[in-house]
Amino acid sequence: MKILKIQNISKHFEGVHALSKLSFEIEKGVITSVVGPNGAGKTTLMNVLTGMETFDNGTFVVGDIPLTKVKPREMPMYRIARTFQSVRLFEQMTVLDNVLVVLTERNILSAIFEKHSKYHEERAFGILKRIGLWEKRNELAENLSYGQRKLLEIGRALAMEPEVYLFDEPFSGLFPEMVKKVKSIMKELREEGKTIVLISHNMEIIRELSDHVIVIESGTFLAEGKPDDVLSRKDVLEAYLGE
Amino acid sequence: MEYIIHLAILTSIFAILGIGLNLVVGYTGLLSVAHAAFYGIGSYATAIFMKSFGVNFFIALLIGIIFSAIASFLIGLVLSRFKDDYYALASLGFNIIVWSIFLNWQSVTRGPLGIPAIGRPELFGFVFSENIFFLILSLIFVALVFGVSVFIGNSSFGRVLKAIREDEKAIQVFGYNTQMYKLTIFVIGAVLASVAGSLYATYITFIDPTAFNVMESVFVLSIIILGGLANLKGSVIGALFLILLPELLRFVGFPSDVAAQMRQLVYGLLLVLLMLYRPQGLMGEYKL
Repeated sequence: MKILKIQNISKHFEGVHALSKLSFEIEKGVITSVVGPNGAGKTTLMNVLTGMETFDNGTFVVGDIPLTKVKPREMPMYRIARTFQSVRLFEQMTVLDNVLVVLTERNILSAIFEKHSKYHEERAFGILKRIGLWEKRNELAENLSYGQRKLLEIGRALAMEPEVYLFDEPFSGLFPEMVKKVKSIMKELREEGKTIVLISHNMEIIRELSDHVIVIESGTFLAEGKPDDVLSRKDVLEAYLGE
Repeated sequence: MEYIIHLAILTSIFAILGIGLNLVVGYTGLLSVAHAAFYGIGSYATAIFMKSFGVNFFIALLIGIIFSAIASFLIGLVLSRFKDDYYALASLGFNIIVWSIFLNWQSVTRGPLGIPAIGRPELFGFVFSENIFFLILSLIFVALVFGVSVFIGNSSFGRVLKAIREDEKAIQVFGYNTQMYKLTIFVIGAVLASVAGSLYATYITFIDPTAFNVMESVFVLSIIILGGLANLKGSVIGALFLILLPELLRFVGFPSDVAAQMRQLVYGLLLVLLMLYRPQGLMGEYKL
């Protein structure tokens, strides 16, 4: 069953076509990696799908709902959560508050008179333990190491309890121990039946984690299939590795 | 003693202004330079309704709150289109517009002549005519405003405000309608400024537009930056510091012919030094 459909999506920035009639579909409950050389449009794709950027043409179908315009604040409604290539934490807030802010009430009046703080706190504690940042809960996010920052971003996404995770370069700059941690979280999510769309430059990890790989180049669709099949194709190697 | 009470009342009024603005600037990161506009609306509404319609202070205060809430809602709707420097500039523009209305709508505000002989607050027949009683009333309002603001700041709502300050686009991805949050806190800040305005009008018993110009907004902004952004105690400390410092400099003993200028110079210098060595303010936790 297809959970996301990208249909002829285009996006340009001042004459540069970042995405050109890009189309592909994402299967529910698996890890799909989107790969391509630098500048292929991977992060732009993440941004347009989450409303961080508008797209010029095309349709984004979530489940059965076709969208021609996406607002960032509608993401939880479609049960999609994301992380960012350049980590975007709430820097001058504590690690715990970074997670709590995702968990608590959206309605303003309810947020002022928050009734479920104990429940939310317990959930936040659980997430922090899962990502290994429990000990750091009272530290400001800006004081975390790079790897811990990446983990906290993943923790915030977990707090949303979405159906679809969009992970943008979650492994870049991580020490091997943390890579292991993030990989195990992704495997757990897949076991829970969640859908993961992963952007990464690390081919080894992509081969290990992905059920399906989609290759894009210059904002257009190039190839898709099983990791080993796709990543050994001549046109993919030429586009991706310049070989 | 009267002099100390006078300074304490002024400090209370500016502490209320500072607390309200800190919710907007310190917590939410909206660099508003329009605070004096709502301070003025509260002042004028209270003065006009008390003088022209014989309304009790507490009713006039509520009317001021309603006027400020409506004005800030409309102004906030426009301001929500702007960010950062542009937000500051647009809010400054609104302060100038409101100030111009105070100055030029003479049939209502008496323009530059101001409104004299405004009555003191009265409660169950007791008139707060003596300054010591007015100080008690002011302190009660400071405590109420402080309590409400701490409650807001510590709530989930307050946490979202901080997240908006840190990265508005990122918090939107988690399902927050940040425009509504920003508008709500802007209105709350304006309502608190209106309360300060009502107190000011009935304490000084005379108001004119000069008390509500852009420089007044900048002064309140200085209070919260100096006291510490996103720290409500800091707003009280900042008000105390900025009201008392110029007064303390009166006792330094500068030669009388240059005393006023020297006081200004030392006052400015102390502020610059403080910002150099303590950029987060006296009590601050958040750095601009």
